[in-house]
Amino acid sequence: MSDILVKIHRAAPYGMITLRGDLSSTALQKAATDAAGVAFPETGMCVFEGKSGLSWMSPDELLVLMPHDQIQSTLAQIEKALNSTHFLAADVSDARAMFTITGPHWRDVLAKLTPADVHPDSFQQGHFRRTRLAQVPVAFWQSSADTVTLICFRSVADYVEGLLVNAGRAKSNADYF
Amino acid sequence: MLILTCPYCGVAADETELTPGGEAHLTRETVGADDAAFEGYLFKRENPKGVHFERWRHAYGCGKWFHAARCTVTLEVFGTYPAQTTEPPKDIRDKITAKRPGWSWRDFG
Repeated sequence: MSDILVKIHRAAPYGMITLRGDLSSTALQKAATDAAGVAFPETGMCVFEGKSGLSWMSPDELLVLMPHDQIQSTLAQIEKALNSTHFLAADVSDARAMFTITGPHWRDVLAKLTPADVHPDSFQQGHFRRTRLAQVPVAFWQSSADTVTLICFRSVADYVEGLLVNAGRAKSNADYF
Repeated sequence: MLILTCPYCGVAADETELTPGGEAHLTRETVGADDAAFEGYLFKRENPKGVHFERWRHAYGCGKWFHAARCTVTLEVFGTYPAQTTEPPKDIRDKITAKRPGWSWRDFG
């Protein structure tokens, strides 16, 4: 349809594990990198390779992303690796929804809805930004040159989809970025 | 619009991504405190025109509490610092002194 500025796609269920603990501990770092098969992310960043990745959520929290059918094996692997240390690993896949927003104007669409700075100078590939989309918390990262991936709570997924579709109408293009 | 940089995740967070937590560096009076001290803890607050220290929570981000030093008149932010402290760190106080000579806030300044 010509009215659409960016393509908004609600992704199929995706595997997400919340891993909380001391992020400076080598045991936890090793467990996380072994589980996801990627390098450990720096503060405010995320690392992806293929369909698996690690995202820095807070000073004591990581989000491990993986295909939906690998949740149980990854969870078991983390629990085995961190056995006897203080940590929490929980499957949060069912609590979350994921969207991809594709098109050269994705920054314009996001900027209408979030207070986060999405200018190319401050938000690039590798950055992981937790923020607010209109009235609900979300996190997003740039997954390719013209695609941004966004996660939110599943309970507000319909609301988020409505926001994105509305902000993504061609006639409402701010064309700022 | 107030923009504070979260000292934990380094994000320049907009005011609407944060939850205000009121005045910073309160001493929580509890069992054994006299009435005056407890009254002070419950009710007595600074209401400065100028330098102020506040608690904020990065609610739409990493979820951590932190402290911010700012000017209530100009909204200038002097700095933010982690919550694990009972008084403003020296570098923040020095920064304020450089910009607002003669400032005072409670017993500081």
